[in-house]
Amino acid sequence: MTDQTEPTPTAIGALQDKGPVSEPRNQWLDVWDQFRRHKGAMLGGGFLIFITLFVLVGPLIWPVDAQTLDIRNKDMRPIYTALWDSTSKVGWHRPLGTDNLGRDILANLIEGGRASLAVGWAAMVLALVIGTAIGVLAGFFKKLDFWLMRFTDLVLSLPLLPLLLVAVTLFRQPLRANFGPETGMFILIVGIVGITSWMQTARIVRGDVLALKEREFILAARSIGTSNGKIIRRHLLPNVISPIMVSATLGLATAIITESALSFLGVGFPSDFPTWGKLLADAVPRMEEYPERVLLPGIAISLTVLSVNYLGDGLRDALDPRIRGR
Amino acid sequence: MLTFTIRRLILSVPTLLFISLAIFLLLQLAPGDPMSQVPLTVPPEVKEKMRQALGLGEPVHVQYWKWMVQFFWIEPQVFIDWLTRESTLFAWLPDTSLYDGQLRMISWQTRGPVMDLVVQSLPQTLWVVGMSYVVGVLIALPIGIYSAYRHYSVFDQAGTFVTMIGFSIPPFFTGPLLIVIFAVQLDWFPSVYNTVHQVVDWDSFVIQLRQMILPVMVLALQTTAQISRYMRSAMLDNLNQDYVRTARAKGLKEGVVVMVHVLRNSMIPVITVIALGIPSIFGGAIITENVFKVNGLGYQLLIALFANDIPTVMTFTFIFAILIVLFNLIADVLYGVLDPRIRYD
Repeated sequence: MTDQTEPTPTAIGALQDKGPVSEPRNQWLDVWDQFRRHKGAMLGGGFLIFITLFVLVGPLIWPVDAQTLDIRNKDMRPIYTALWDSTSKVGWHRPLGTDNLGRDILANLIEGGRASLAVGWAAMVLALVIGTAIGVLAGFFKKLDFWLMRFTDLVLSLPLLPLLLVAVTLFRQPLRANFGPETGMFILIVGIVGITSWMQTARIVRGDVLALKEREFILAARSIGTSNGKIIRRHLLPNVISPIMVSATLGLATAIITESALSFLGVGFPSDFPTWGKLLADAVPRMEEYPERVLLPGIAISLTVLSVNYLGDGLRDALDPRIRGR
Repeated sequence: MLTFTIRRLILSVPTLLFISLAIFLLLQLAPGDPMSQVPLTVPPEVKEKMRQALGLGEPVHVQYWKWMVQFFWIEPQVFIDWLTRESTLFAWLPDTSLYDGQLRMISWQTRGPVMDLVVQSLPQTLWVVGMSYVVGVLIALPIGIYSAYRHYSVFDQAGTFVTMIGFSIPPFFTGPLLIVIFAVQLDWFPSVYNTVHQVVDWDSFVIQLRQMILPVMVLALQTTAQISRYMRSAMLDNLNQDYVRTARAKGLKEGVVVMVHVLRNSMIPVITVIALGIPSIFGGAIITENVFKVNGLGYQLLIALFANDIPTVMTFTFIFAILIVLFNLIADVLYGVLDPRIRYD
């Protein structure tokens, strides 16, 4: 049992094992590299971060209360109107003007953006949770598959916007009575937008889970006695994260638009609680004299949704290993 | 194919029944009381009688059954009678009198049959929505074809950008925007759709055309965005196929290769998408109808909702459901008819 002390022979040049020079790359670094190449997605992501910061930090920088009535300074125009119309009523203390009750429009836009984005994110998360749960259950458990998917098809053939309108109008009063006007409305809108937009996520997740379930690593996990719950949490969910992320961006865009549409049709938040859709709807009757009151919230909604859509486009490309690296 | 169609038709019956039940139960859960508008001086026993007269005292399943009988049995009778007596198309048939005075669905707003409201508003919705869909598709197809053919060209990039905008700008913003630009500033088109306008001669036809342009544009923008995306990706899938190279190698003209060989194969998924998109357009039409005050289904639905008019809301929502189920069915059947690779049996 003596150790051989003979030194290992050095290989000739061509046989030298160059080995990986750098550390193995993380998968998410690859995703990020691909994502960075998509200009629209970078712009979209940047704008989304900007608008989120704008509504979160905005009240600190612009500490004007959105609800304060200032009748003396009502119907002021935005400061840029002075460029072509020197007689218009403008002032630096109200850079985007005031509405017909003298409320500051910039402060209202910040407040409204908070509400719209909060509803959008919350409804998106709710829809994702429901959709992923139903998709994973249907894909993983054969017994549930038929019934869950028939249920998904049924919900898909419901007339959603009419039903949303019906539900909001009918359940407004009890929820407001129980949780207060703003929280009640928030719960109601997030709830109904969430439970009417999970179907696409569920279908995509089910399809992926069905394919993953037959792979060897799941068999291996099962053979060492992993329970179903652990297989789902440890092995399936991390593998379906990319379709979930893509449908998350789509869900965020739909949720923001749906909330604004409900506000526009007059069944959204109470009148003293601004959201972008509400500001837009309130401004429509006088849009001939004050077009900026329609334009500003409308542009805010459109740009946010546009940036989210571009973000989703880039994410889809970045997360698809077939496209990545091309 | 026929068996598949019949099977799908039969399957859509339980779907529709489930949807009607869901809508019905949702409205049952609703806290609104149609008696809330009745003055307080009316004594409670009279109020109770009024509730009975509205059919509110009955148990839930009896109410649901009565609604079903009214919708699926009594209203079709009235409709057939009308067809054989007054309609221009079927008036030559012998007059029928199936309907003999049973209670029809009565709207709580107008105190008249709900179906009268439907008959008034359905043509408006179909006319505006249908026209905008046709216009949208007609614009979308050439855009999709050309941007796929000139992949990554300036036109393609611009097309992608415009479709993204079309996806992102909601109709309740484009509507007011177009009104400000074209109705207020330029004064080219009217801002409100006049639903009682009758087309009798050339001048009134021009007026009808002008008032339709704005709502059709708003709805068509969304349609164009979606369909041109699908058309582009379907064309891209087909342009690299071997049969295209074969066709070019045979010496066929480029126009024939693209417009006949590639286009026909690309249209298969696109036609399905076109059929599937119709229901969502009805949803979007609710907003557009409200912006332009088109007296269509969505506008009536919103009015009925605010007036707590449960029978009308129920019927209108169900009609939306029927439209959705119907067009989903059409899409499925079309897919099977067009694509010989799809076999359903």
